Amino acid sequence: MKHLELGLTDEQVREMYRYMLLARKVDEKMWLLNRAGKLPFVVSCQGQEATQIGAAYALDRQKDWLCPYYRDLGMVLLFGQTARDQMLSAFAKKDDPNSGGRQMPNHFGDRRYRILSGSSPVTTQMLHAVGIAYAGKVTGEDHVVLTSCGEGSSNQGDWHEALNFAGVHDLPVVFLVENNMYAISVPLSKQLAGENVAARGQGYGMPGIRVDGNDVFQVYEVMKQAVERARKGEGPTLIEAVSYRLTPHSSDDDDLTYRTKEEIEEAKKRDGLFVLETYLDEHQLWTADEKEALSKAIDTEITEAIKFAEAADHPNPEDLSKHVYAG
Amino acid sequence: MPVISYIDAVTEAISEEMGRDKSVFVLGEDVGVRGGVFRATNGLIDLYGEDRVLDTPLTESAIVGVGIGAAAYGLRPIAEIQFADFIMPAVNQIVSEAAKMRYRSNGTWQCPMVIRAPYGGGIHGALYHSQSVEALFTGVPGLKIVTPSTPYDVKGLLLSSIRDNDPVLFFEHKKLYRLIKDEVPSEEYTIPLGKADVKREGNDVTVITYGLMVHYTLDAAKKLAEEGIDVHVLDLRTLIPLDKEAVLEATRKTGKVLIVHEDNKTSGFGAEVAAIIAEEAFFDLDAPVSRLCSPDVPSMPYNSKLEKAFMLNPEKIAAAIRELAEL
Repeated sequence: MKHLELGLTDEQVREMYRYMLLARKVDEKMWLLNRAGKLPFVVSCQGQEATQIGAAYALDRQKDWLCPYYRDLGMVLLFGQTARDQMLSAFAKKDDPNSGGRQMPNHFGDRRYRILSGSSPVTTQMLHAVGIAYAGKVTGEDHVVLTSCGEGSSNQGDWHEALNFAGVHDLPVVFLVENNMYAISVPLSKQLAGENVAARGQGYGMPGIRVDGNDVFQVYEVMKQAVERARKGEGPTLIEAVSYRLTPHSSDDDDLTYRTKEEIEEAKKRDGLFVLETYLDEHQLWTADEKEALSKAIDTEITEAIKFAEAADHPNPEDLSKHVYAG
Repeated sequence: MPVISYIDAVTEAISEEMGRDKSVFVLGEDVGVRGGVFRATNGLIDLYGEDRVLDTPLTESAIVGVGIGAAAYGLRPIAEIQFADFIMPAVNQIVSEAAKMRYRSNGTWQCPMVIRAPYGGGIHGALYHSQSVEALFTGVPGLKIVTPSTPYDVKGLLLSSIRDNDPVLFFEHKKLYRLIKDEVPSEEYTIPLGKADVKREGNDVTVITYGLMVHYTLDAAKKLAEEGIDVHVLDLRTLIPLDKEAVLEATRKTGKVLIVHEDNKTSGFGAEVAAIIAEEAFFDLDAPVSRLCSPDVPSMPYNSKLEKAFMLNPEKIAAAIRELAEL
């Protein structure tokens, strides 16, 4: 079995699935809350959970760092954030661990789990990841930094500056490009002049590897090699994980103005969550009861999280000017 | 007490602080082996090694962005932008990231870094090696902006800037690098950010200024003293935080204020100073607040006659003071 070949236990595969399902269900629930008029904005991870969990699972969650982007819900859940954290953030409440209700949802940042605060302009975080990796080199720490973005973002200047800088100095960074085929409405064919993103790695002196982002094991396997390389001081790696964005870009987008229902339905058949579920079923890695119990436990966790977040305090308007400067 | 140049004060401050605090490191273009194109980091690589005096690829956004990541991790980077004119590719990192890191993370992350940049003209630098860029940043909360005029102030303010827990833009007037020498204590001392300095006491007209223009104003004041006009000169030293009290006090001292800066007039920092005086010291004025600034053209030309026409000088400043004194 694939997971045993990779050194993963049955329990670990179930854990991977649990986090993928948690991410999916939190995300789905946010859409319902948005359509019910309770949340102003949602931006999704749906379709990319296998990529996110496969990648983050290969890291050391006690010492490695994340500089994620706004779709990386799966990643931050695996690193320690909870459904409650997500709902506090979605409802922009005072105890939102990312920003205390200041930023839009999915602008992750959490010192507890070494997740650096991010912004909305894309790929700025790739350079921060390089800086954290460089700091490790200067201070003699052996942490690895995972930073990620979409394929459209891989055209930004900061993206190229980050890869080159990390390549020149052999820094322990893994650059993950989650290719979901669309940058809002613009398809891959209008984003990339070259064949793919992975090929760009060569220009920056690092391996560029393209994998099926719907296959959590494939992503985990290449990520594990990249982390080992990085930890040994052999430098950065570029990974392009190809999947599909199953939702519109955000709750304010209408994706049927630029793609068809048929295309989306076709993509759903390759959905990474479904692929792993099938794997667990086929290899009898759980019983029907266990599967059912997992799903129910997550539903309960999310329901409780929503209840908690709705009732939680708003930030105090008197604190509007707090934290502009230190002290 | 040793007499050293403005640029030697830069080098001395950095070197002392690197010796005292291992978390301080320098990064930028040509800062290592070459010691900087102006030689501001001369000799540091021999003292502290190439990991702490880092020659980066030619990418300004990366210099700042990598610095931000390292600062968030806990180091204290000093990033050099070779000429202030070349800071533009890094503006997104400065404005969207460094300035907002603390605020957007509700105080859980910070960005203690210094971005040094030589600015200003009168050195045949033409459009792209002469600009004053401070006004692009003075309206961005989260940043501190320092513009010293003397070697003594350079050392004290640079040490404060490195120890500050917020991002500081440290603008060094490049014409002053070797023009001005001063007594500078060899031991460490700091000058707090946000404290202006009276560079000359006077009773007839107040000039509020900073940078190279402090010296031109002092030259003008010397000449005007012979004519019986007694000029009060306030050097702002830091634009953000602005020493409002010192501005108001200097205004009340004479009731006549001329604001002088090398940056062009429209939306220059003088507009902010003038507005504060109008809001808070209007009834202390004996004449309208006036401004003497460079003309609203894109930047100063290369041709020496054109450059001279663009730049302020002691004669132009003396004429403006005289006009105000006679009102």
